[in-house]
Amino acid sequence: MSMLNAGDILETITMIQDEHLDVRTITMGISLLDCCGSDVGRVCDRIYDKITRYARELVSTGEQIEKKYGIPIINKRLSVTPAAMVGAACDHIDMVRIARTLERAAVECGVNFIGGYSALVQKGFAPGDRELIDSIPEALAVTDHVCSSVNIGSTRAGINMDAVAAMGRIVRQTAERTADRDCIGCAKLVVFCNAPEDNPFMAGAFHGAGEPDCVIHVGVSGPGVVRAALAKAGDGDLTEVADLIKRTAFKITRMGQLVGTEASRMLNVPFGIVDLSLAPTPAVGDSVAHILEEMGLECCGAHGTTAALALLNDAVKKGGVMASSHVGGLSGAFIPVTEDAGMIEAARCGCLRIEKLEAMTAVCSVGLDMINIPGDTPAEVISAIIADEAAIGMINSKTTAVRVVPAIGRAVGEELSFGGLLGGGPVMPLNTWSPARFIGRGGRIPAPIQSLKN
Amino acid sequence: MRAVITVIGKDTVGILAHVSGVCARHGVNVSDVTQSILQGMFAMIMMVDISDCDIPFTGFAEELDALGGEMGLSIHVMHEDIFNSMHRI
Repeated sequence: MSMLNAGDILETITMIQDEHLDVRTITMGISLLDCCGSDVGRVCDRIYDKITRYARELVSTGEQIEKKYGIPIINKRLSVTPAAMVGAACDHIDMVRIARTLERAAVECGVNFIGGYSALVQKGFAPGDRELIDSIPEALAVTDHVCSSVNIGSTRAGINMDAVAAMGRIVRQTAERTADRDCIGCAKLVVFCNAPEDNPFMAGAFHGAGEPDCVIHVGVSGPGVVRAALAKAGDGDLTEVADLIKRTAFKITRMGQLVGTEASRMLNVPFGIVDLSLAPTPAVGDSVAHILEEMGLECCGAHGTTAALALLNDAVKKGGVMASSHVGGLSGAFIPVTEDAGMIEAARCGCLRIEKLEAMTAVCSVGLDMINIPGDTPAEVISAIIADEAAIGMINSKTTAVRVVPAIGRAVGEELSFGGLLGGGPVMPLNTWSPARFIGRGGRIPAPIQSLKN
Repeated sequence: MRAVITVIGKDTVGILAHVSGVCARHGVNVSDVTQSILQGMFAMIMMVDISDCDIPFTGFAEELDALGGEMGLSIHVMHEDIFNSMHRI
């Protein structure tokens, strides 16, 4: 080849064909701040009109790019301004009506998900926030494409423990409302600390108030490619392992950058960020757990898992950062249990437990993700899980999150199945000692000393 | 505008003729070809100029994909930018 090397070309083809290399998502962020008003009917009309006008070409553009570069783009998604802000000015706040409007717009545009049924309450509740939070169980039961997130803490603000208490109840109610569908509502609900405003991944995507009117973000993937690279490399030491992951992440991210730039140009919308993430799927060969096992662990969850994940997460960022002009979102390795074939196996055999997952969230890109918990788990235990996770995020200045699914009517060892990329897996045991009095205190955990950076 | 066609599969008679036939039919000029045996599989890589292609690129890609299906080969055509961006700094 005159310019290109045949080996490089075949490497790319192998990555796509055999190792599940793909762009996980192109996410268009749309501001709905100019849709606010006093009449909820008019607000909903404006929301629908704006989303469908801006995102009309999103899916077809994504498909054209897939063909042009031969790269699968798995999801085309939307993220919007947190709905609590958009609905707050209405005389009669009707959040579920806004959720239904988002659903209609998502279906019209043909996207996989729409994120932004959200509230940011890390320091307290503004108008609209409580109404939104209270409406989440119904909103997620009556829609299929709407994703919800609530930010309950940050390094700057501390943790809003009243919101933490509320979200324990809301997560349970959401599971109960969708109990006939394997409690799938909870797969579309995430509780954050330090939520990023430009995250293209679901369920936590929303379009932050500091973002432009419309923007294109890209989330890359590629756990299978990293695992395959490590498998070919054999028995190198961990410095070599880190170096190999960096080089692989660079290539993956360059592809994401190319796709994002092209989508931005074709849609005439500014390019936002590339989220450098290793996002697993339940497909065999697309697992983050299997990367950790390739590094030399008998099973994900064994002692050593946190160290291996820390190396992986850091190397992914180092490799990716030079490959993209703007990096953002969550960027790192995701560890969603039900969405990762290796994690599912590790949870089934009992090697991977929630305590280990909690430790892993101190070094991964997000938090406790897609974990099925017993159906009789009290709300205050869910709140305490959220509080622990938020504390890790607050102190370490990183994003953490909780997306757990109470398996209503089911116990440890039984399974939930969501289908598609959400996967499925066993109900995992929890520590059942009560945190009720601690959660019942409410109030705020003050911002840590790390917040005083000025 | 240049693209890369890759053909991977079992070596049979007429692969080059069939693929270049599709190119010729649509005004796509073949500028370079390499063939090799990679892990026991036949691999052919063609560099082509698609500037004068008489159908949209996606249609051209689909036609080659269909040809691959008929011949039991995996045929991909991808814009060269994907390789440039992944493998060069």
